[in-house]
Amino acid sequence: MLGKLDWSAIPLDQPIPMITSGAVALAILGVLAWVVVRGHLPYLWKEWITSVDHKRIGVMYTLLAMVMLLRGFADAIMMRSQQAIAYHSQGYLPPEHFNQIFSAHGTIMIFFVAMPFMIGLMNLVVPLQLGVRDVAFPTLNSVGFWLTATGALLVNISLVVGEFARTGWLPFPPLSELTYSPGVGVDYYLWSIEISGAGTLVAGINLVTTVLKIRTKGMNYLRMPMFCWTALATNLLIVAAFPILTATLAMLILDRYLGFHFFTNEAGGNMMMFMNLIWAWGHPEVYILVLPAFGIFSEVVSTFSGKSLFGYRSMVLATMAICIISFMVWLHHFFTMGAGPDVNAIFGIASMIIAVPTGVKIYNWLFTMYAGRVRFETPMLWSVGFMVTFIIGGLTGVLLAVPPADFLLHNSLFLIAHFHNVIIGGVLFGAFAGYTYWFPKAFGFRLHDGLGRAAFWFWLIGFYVAFMPLYVLGFLGMTRRMQHYDVAAWRPWLIVAAGGAVLILIGIAFQIAQLVVSIRRRAELRDFTGDPWDGRSLEWATSSPPPVFNFAIPPEVHGLDPYWQQKSRGKQPELEKHEPHYQDIEMPRNSPTGFVCAFFATVMGFALIWHIWWMVVAGFAGAVATFVVFAWRDHDEYLIPAAEVARIDHANLAERRALISQGTA
Amino acid sequence: MSDTVLAYPGSDRHRLRSMAGIVEHAGPASKRIVTGYGFWIFILSDMVMFSAFFATYAVLLGQTAGGPSGRDLFDLRNVAVETGFLLASSFTCGLASIAADNRSAFWFQIAMAVTCALGLGFLAIEGREFANLVARGAGPTRSAFLSAFFTLVGCHGLHVSAGILWLLTMMAQVFTKGFRADIQRRILCFALFWHALDIIWIAVFTVVYLLGSAA
Repeated sequence: MLGKLDWSAIPLDQPIPMITSGAVALAILGVLAWVVVRGHLPYLWKEWITSVDHKRIGVMYTLLAMVMLLRGFADAIMMRSQQAIAYHSQGYLPPEHFNQIFSAHGTIMIFFVAMPFMIGLMNLVVPLQLGVRDVAFPTLNSVGFWLTATGALLVNISLVVGEFARTGWLPFPPLSELTYSPGVGVDYYLWSIEISGAGTLVAGINLVTTVLKIRTKGMNYLRMPMFCWTALATNLLIVAAFPILTATLAMLILDRYLGFHFFTNEAGGNMMMFMNLIWAWGHPEVYILVLPAFGIFSEVVSTFSGKSLFGYRSMVLATMAICIISFMVWLHHFFTMGAGPDVNAIFGIASMIIAVPTGVKIYNWLFTMYAGRVRFETPMLWSVGFMVTFIIGGLTGVLLAVPPADFLLHNSLFLIAHFHNVIIGGVLFGAFAGYTYWFPKAFGFRLHDGLGRAAFWFWLIGFYVAFMPLYVLGFLGMTRRMQHYDVAAWRPWLIVAAGGAVLILIGIAFQIAQLVVSIRRRAELRDFTGDPWDGRSLEWATSSPPPVFNFAIPPEVHGLDPYWQQKSRGKQPELEKHEPHYQDIEMPRNSPTGFVCAFFATVMGFALIWHIWWMVVAGFAGAVATFVVFAWRDHDEYLIPAAEVARIDHANLAERRALISQGTA
Repeated sequence: MSDTVLAYPGSDRHRLRSMAGIVEHAGPASKRIVTGYGFWIFILSDMVMFSAFFATYAVLLGQTAGGPSGRDLFDLRNVAVETGFLLASSFTCGLASIAADNRSAFWFQIAMAVTCALGLGFLAIEGREFANLVARGAGPTRSAFLSAFFTLVGCHGLHVSAGILWLLTMMAQVFTKGFRADIQRRILCFALFWHALDIIWIAVFTVVYLLGSAA
């Protein structure tokens, strides 16, 4: 009846997962109880869960990422403390648990923190920057988000029911094959990534179509803000790379479930094929994460330097060059696996070439700041911290791209230090810069400044204290993923690294405090103008938060930095004196399709993991039925009458008018 | 442009633009274009997925583990008939699109029904081939080559099956709702999907069956 599932799946004998999951379950129940008792459930359902508004979906993506960041960081600090004490001892984490922790840490941080953070920010901002009312496929957008949430949910269920993979964040065969990983851990990994990967693909198709086909009048390609360009490049990469991941994991699923021989030791299977396929996705994935961050830094640096971006066209060119070259370097992830010197040399050179456009970008940001009137607000702090940190990470990356050096450093802590250097210093700092920068746009009030600065400094210093020792440890010969060790020289460095993790923990605590304090003091942090940072692109031309239709009158664009142009021509007050001609606006109706579909996907994923076949059929049938019901509805749009548009716009403009008259008086 | 802060004096894009004669972007595209375009992007991503399976098949072609190879297994006459069914279904699918453009529900339903029948015929031939192979002990678990074969061809077959479910839904939708604009857009996407499966099948026919039976 329940396949492989029985009471032995609940790890009652292991205190750490039981206590953690008990606490998390209590917290979730507490929040749910609060929501129900206070009567917020209808609001949540109508305004958020079924919302197809790109801004709401963007916020939900970001929220998912921040919650999962806590989970991923809990794993990280457990690993650092284990390694700090496991000298000549077993520490407090048994090997099978430690292996699950590092696998879950990587999986969660990449797929459920970095990805949703970036997709969330793109969802929130790209349509606003393009001056349009929505993305190309609003309901599919909601489906994509909820499928991502399904994947995250399945990974977290594995904490209580069964186990997670012990294979690392990429399940390399033959270890991940049924022979060596007979449990459900790898299956949890496979199905949660397959499901959330489908969600990511949907998001990618949606945003590519949005950028290419839905731009406001006059928004030529070479007038798009840099963030839209990097979003385009990222989503092109998603469309081109994620199907490879889907196919590869499907092959591993077939191996495990039906006895196929893609990657097995026997019957002609080829496990090196897995390496090639997974990294043909995996390397573009790195750029999928970092390109939006580059876009965020471009926006932030230009805004807070009070100048248009230096070398806009070279930036576009560099972005698209990275987009293409990122598909030609995958082999550098396994130089040591015997492809031969010629192949290694070609991929080594390609890997160094991709550093060139990245270098171009760094110089462009520096020259944007040069001679600018730089304001060191919190988003700018993250950006400058990024530039310094990312250069170190980039240089160690170029070191690793040299095949002979890679033979010494492969799978050592040097590698770990390198990719945390680029992912934390690049992607995460970018995400935090974007979060601080666009938060007032999303909610209408700023984040608390002092706490944000404190969070930045603890993150920055904590990062260096936690990861610079790892470079040293790599040179001292320490390999990754060690549950215990007996080399005395490593220990001091590992203790320092654990101290760095504590500093980052303080940084995260400041971020939580910042959010709480900002919400409580939102009245005094309110942004009346819709333009709190003296911004340049169109998202600042509407109110904060924007109305559901974003722009009452579609803006018209005549060049780069359109909102800055408007402001410097004094067009804004002029526009406000003349009553614009408002028209009816057609907007997509909210739909529970995404949520219901994800519900069935969760049921189906869970059933597949535990081999509960009747439930698989039921889940699949439910998902198909959901789509047919969705396709059957007769009215998928509603009309906002011109009078209502005018009322909302007047209310939004009144605050601005008051400010302008204050300024002139 | 003079009132904008420029990064450097030479970057006056108005002048560059007028020299190059760039046309102003007209604004958001129509829904039909957006939907069709998005679906094209989806088809491209689907092709990327297929190319992963094709690459796998090419790598594993010789890995028969002492078992039968493509030369021993493939019946080209059978595959030719199968191909005929699918190509003919693409033709009738094209007729259905024309009928939809002309808002002729009668001919639309006829053409879609024939497309459905041809698709089912294709699936029946493929199913018989698979059953036959499994019965001869040449199932997907026999060797890496056969794993890759069954996955690639089976993945295409699954696409065709999903396409038939979609086809039936479209017939029902046109029957109950007529040729509304949103239904016309779905018919456009369905037609794109069905023709794309044809293109993939041409590659399957060439790479799997022709090259496979030569190997």
